[in-house]
Amino acid sequence: MLSLVLANVASAGFTPPSISDAHLPEILPWGAEYGTGFGKQMLMVILSIVLISGFFMLAMRKPKLVPGKTQWLAESGYSFVRNSIAKDILGEKDFKAWVPLLFGLFFFVLVNNIFGAIPLLQLPSFSHAGAAYALALIVYVIWIGVGIRHHGPKYFKLAVVPSGVPGWILPLLVPLEVISNFIVRPLTHSLRLMATMLAGHMIVMLAGTGAAYLIMESGSLFLQGAGVLAIIGSVALYFLELLIMYLQAFVFTLLTAIYVQGAIAANDH
Amino acid sequence: MISSALILGAAEGANPLVPNPWEMLVVAVGFAVLMFIVIKFIVPALEKSYQDRVEAIEGGLAKAEKAQAEANAMMADYEQQLADARHEANRIREEARTEGAQIVAEAKERAQAEANRITEQAHTQIAADRAQAATQLRTEVGTLATTLAGKIVGESLDDDARSQRVVDRFLADLDKHQNAGVSE
Repeated sequence: MLSLVLANVASAGFTPPSISDAHLPEILPWGAEYGTGFGKQMLMVILSIVLISGFFMLAMRKPKLVPGKTQWLAESGYSFVRNSIAKDILGEKDFKAWVPLLFGLFFFVLVNNIFGAIPLLQLPSFSHAGAAYALALIVYVIWIGVGIRHHGPKYFKLAVVPSGVPGWILPLLVPLEVISNFIVRPLTHSLRLMATMLAGHMIVMLAGTGAAYLIMESGSLFLQGAGVLAIIGSVALYFLELLIMYLQAFVFTLLTAIYVQGAIAANDH
Repeated sequence: MISSALILGAAEGANPLVPNPWEMLVVAVGFAVLMFIVIKFIVPALEKSYQDRVEAIEGGLAKAEKAQAEANAMMADYEQQLADARHEANRIREEARTEGAQIVAEAKERAQAEANRITEQAHTQIAADRAQAATQLRTEVGTLATTLAGKIVGESLDDDARSQRVVDRFLADLDKHQNAGVSE
């Protein structure tokens, strides 16, 4: 349907943005021909690290008992991850050790997502699969490591053989559990983030370029009006995108907490 | 036409599912650096601030509780002291009353004793005086009678005038004697 509409417009000379446009030209083009250059997206990842560390260290440089605005903001963000994600999912007993990881993940993903909503930067880092894969892979290694540390090699059996299930169904259930826990889980964990960010990015790009084309090049009053509507619509989309950016950071962190909790408590499910 | 271009683009290496290894490396290393900073500096600072606040609040509460307890103890102490003082005052008043009554009783007793003693002494004195007077009278009456008899016998008894004179003389002597006896 979308492609049909696009095809109609395109026949009038409009070239919609493609996914390749989400990959901006490399800044340091070493090995650029293999797609391995150092691009804007990587700079933004580094920028996000500088921003997060800088903000929190500045906010907590001279902590006061009655916090100022900056300290309050930092502490609210921290206590959101600490209490609403770590404590609620992992429980009072174990959560303290996992606060740093969840905190780091949440703000790393959140800031990189919000880059997509900031003019000039205008690119969510996790719209690139590599970034999402890397982060999901780190989490994958961590929760499997946690499972092995808590339960030894027996962990793999605990993770794939559900207790309290009749024996004859196990040949069916165990492969399913293996696929869902060890193969699909990291894929969905990363692709959920990547796909939502990429889609959001594409929609904003499409709305922007489409509206610009309709207003500047169509030459028809009706289509120019439609272009203005598209701009108004894109503002609504922008706010929807902001919500999704925040939501995806939250979901990514929440799922990490759930995976870790599952690994810690593998013997009672 | 455009959909074929999209597919073509994807086939040409823009497949969004194919990662750029450098991106993965940058994200992994970057995240590791971030985690280092988070674990080393950010979370400890935030936890410390959190802990400090908890301690400040709980410390304040504990301090207030302590002050309250102290005030309560002090009040109880004061009340105890007040009750003690009241009790003491009552005791002293009671004691004073008892003592007063005792003093009065003693004084009464002493006065009674004194009166008795004085009465007794007076009685004794009177008895002694009487005894002395009786003894003296007895000896003197004898002496007087003898003297008088001697006088009477020594003089002529038929001469009334003489007799009268003897009696007068006797009486005068008696008076004289009496006076001398008293003055003695």
